[in-house]
Amino acid sequence: MSAFLGLLWRDVRLAFKQGGAATMTLMFFLLTVTLFPLGVGPEIEVLSRISTGVLLVAALFASMLSLDRLFQADYEDGSLELISLSPLPLVLAVLAKSAAHWLTTGLPLVIAAPLLALLLAMDPSGYPVLILTMLLATPSLSLIGAIGAALTVGVRRGGVLLPLLVLPLFIPVLIFAVGAVEAAIGGLTPRPHLFILAAILCIAAVLGPWASAAALRLAFE
Amino acid sequence: MHRFANPTRFLRIAGAVLPWCASATVVLLAVGLYLGLFVAPPDYQQGDTVRIMFVHVPASWMALFVYSVMAGASAVGFIWRHPLNDLVAKASAPIGASFTFVALVTGSIWGQPMWGTWWVWDARLTSVLILFFLYLGYMALWQAYDDPGRAAKPAAILALVGFVNVPIIKFSVDWWNTLHQPASVITASGPKIHSSILAPLLVMIVAFTFYYLTVLIYRLRAEILARKIRVIRLAQVEGRAAAGAVGGGAD
Repeated sequence: MSAFLGLLWRDVRLAFKQGGAATMTLMFFLLTVTLFPLGVGPEIEVLSRISTGVLLVAALFASMLSLDRLFQADYEDGSLELISLSPLPLVLAVLAKSAAHWLTTGLPLVIAAPLLALLLAMDPSGYPVLILTMLLATPSLSLIGAIGAALTVGVRRGGVLLPLLVLPLFIPVLIFAVGAVEAAIGGLTPRPHLFILAAILCIAAVLGPWASAAALRLAFE
Repeated sequence: MHRFANPTRFLRIAGAVLPWCASATVVLLAVGLYLGLFVAPPDYQQGDTVRIMFVHVPASWMALFVYSVMAGASAVGFIWRHPLNDLVAKASAPIGASFTFVALVTGSIWGQPMWGTWWVWDARLTSVLILFFLYLGYMALWQAYDDPGRAAKPAAILALVGFVNVPIIKFSVDWWNTLHQPASVITASGPKIHSSILAPLLVMIVAFTFYYLTVLIYRLRAEILARKIRVIRLAQVEGRAAAGAVGGGAD
């Protein structure tokens, strides 16, 4: 347990020291969300209609762009191999690193989302469900993204390949997240969508680290 | 099963089977197209445009079937380290991607007169589009490695992770309110299509399957030979380097 928490805390501290954590992710989120009113026009009705989708897609991109720092730096200096040789099972190590990724990328996005929803004139009835949806969706993004990051670690042009592998797997999360918020805004219950998001999170939490660990072991051969 | 792991023995068997697969493809395609285009009756609602179904449905079926073969071969290759299975998966991917593309395009062409739109973001079409992206990502992962042998296992993991999409596609028309037609052939109460249309459809599906097998054998032969050429080239480079070292060291 202490090894798990130690690895998690190490990754969080490293992320903040390297500056790739909350700050840059939030800046990217803010800039992307700002592009849409500039591109689509400031009409409140149009913006509020697309607000949910824009917020969730931007959060998805912000999460995805920070994925290559999940394993790459540790792989390059050899510490990933040492982690895999330690008594902590590699599956739990991956889970710890994914959790650290979520704490430094996903959680800031969740906190920033309602503020940016203001910029996009989202209907206020969607705010609570937006926060809940992002709390369920962003960990899934970190866990599923870890699979892609593990598959492309040590591959020469892996950085460009990572989005191509990971985005098709993100699409169900996006569909149900948008569905939940749109349902709440429309006055229907968001519960079915939230339940499915929670189910995806459970599956991702169990199978994601397992697949990522298998992929990482291949990179060490 | 490991008897067929020897590439030379496999090439011999494949060479023997290939003419049968190829001729079965040609014959069944001819029969299926004749039945579908001339013998089958026009639909009472859609008229003759229903005949595009005889290409669209087999292509969609093959898109799912080939991905299942890929995932199965990846699993067998991963668990039992059977070397040819990785090649089967690698060789099947472009064929499956082509079938998916054909399914999407023919579906779009069929949708325009029927539904009045080239595309709609309903569950079936979206999940098949995701399947197309999964095929492309799988092929890209194989390309990303310099040594193709090292790419086999990561690609196997990717194929298995993406397999979750296949049941989603199959049941998408039941789980969601979609514009796409619900299941009509493989349903709990049997096929819902009349036999005069079902028969050409089944013939076309079998024809497409034999087409897949034919192309798969060609691609497998090419893959095995490409591996052999690569080994020979590497040995040549090493030989030249060793000779050069000897010659250069003698200066």
